[in-house]
Amino acid sequence: MNEKADGKPKFVYVTYIAAPPETVWQALTDPDISEKYWFGYRVAAGGRAGDRMTAIGPEGQKAHDDPILESDPPRRLSYAWKPLYKDMPDERPSRVTFELKPFKGQTRLTIIHDEFDEGSKIFEMIGNGWPAVLSSMKSFLETGQGLAPSWDSDAAKRAAGARA
Amino acid sequence: MTDTSKFRPKTVYATYIASTPEKVWQALTGPDFTRQYFAGFAVDVEPRNGGAFRLLYPDGRVHIAGRVLDWSPPRRFSCTWVVEGVAEFGELPECIVTYEIEQAGEAVKLTMTESHSWAIPDAILAGGQSGWPAILSSLKSVLETGRPLSIRMEPPPGFMEAVKEAVRTKPWLSEGSR
Repeated sequence: MNEKADGKPKFVYVTYIAAPPETVWQALTDPDISEKYWFGYRVAAGGRAGDRMTAIGPEGQKAHDDPILESDPPRRLSYAWKPLYKDMPDERPSRVTFELKPFKGQTRLTIIHDEFDEGSKIFEMIGNGWPAVLSSMKSFLETGQGLAPSWDSDAAKRAAGARA
Repeated sequence: MTDTSKFRPKTVYATYIASTPEKVWQALTGPDFTRQYFAGFAVDVEPRNGGAFRLLYPDGRVHIAGRVLDWSPPRRFSCTWVVEGVAEFGELPECIVTYEIEQAGEAVKLTMTESHSWAIPDAILAGGQSGWPAILSSLKSVLETGRPLSIRMEPPPGFMEAVKEAVRTKPWLSEGSR
């Protein structure tokens, strides 16, 4: 959900996952796991505050090299967010924070993405991105299978053809 | 009839589901599905524009009542909502809940939009903003794994107080604002 408290853009999204916080934490920080649901991206965020969060895209491209701002496993993880892949607007880094709360062996996962540059174009782009990533993570942790990227139009055609 | 032009989207929630549009439609409109993921409520809907829409407690009492505004399987399902089953909600105005279902790659994107016709306070919107992620996360789990989530559903702090205050002062009667 998008909020503009005080005129400042802020994206908040909550999902509930049938896995304990320790498992969700690992999925958020271990590149061998993220690769399976984050549309091929290897996201390494297992360090402490001051260490780096790095992400490598499916074609080997460097996508992120940002400082970890907070790390309190398995409760709270925050890092700066400056996409490095080409065609992305050149903006000052924003901030991504994950909050994990346990309930009956499950996890309530909240992402808060805020601190955007003025007039941010990236803010407009992440509104679709995070629900796709976190939906895929939920699928992976509950079924062992992540989702295919929605921008894969060939896959969409195959799916449409299979139903026709 | 409901003048939909007066309503503005206030809460939007999207989730991607490994399923088909037809199955997602069935999960939204079939009582055997909603009982599993929608806090135990059974949906009861007349499958046509203008038809009656209700969410029923397990004992059959009405919790939510409304009218179908758009019945377009398997793409769009929109209806008005009035809380009838909780006395404190009194004459709180109806809202509109719209589900949109799209193919997104091999998955299905489900988008829920909750729209209101008046300057509804954030403390009341917070009820839906805490409820929808739980409900729609559980719907996704039911479709992908056959198992709903176990989620405690309770109103956020300050929610009932804000509802009672609105019902007492009826700001929707005097406002041109929204």
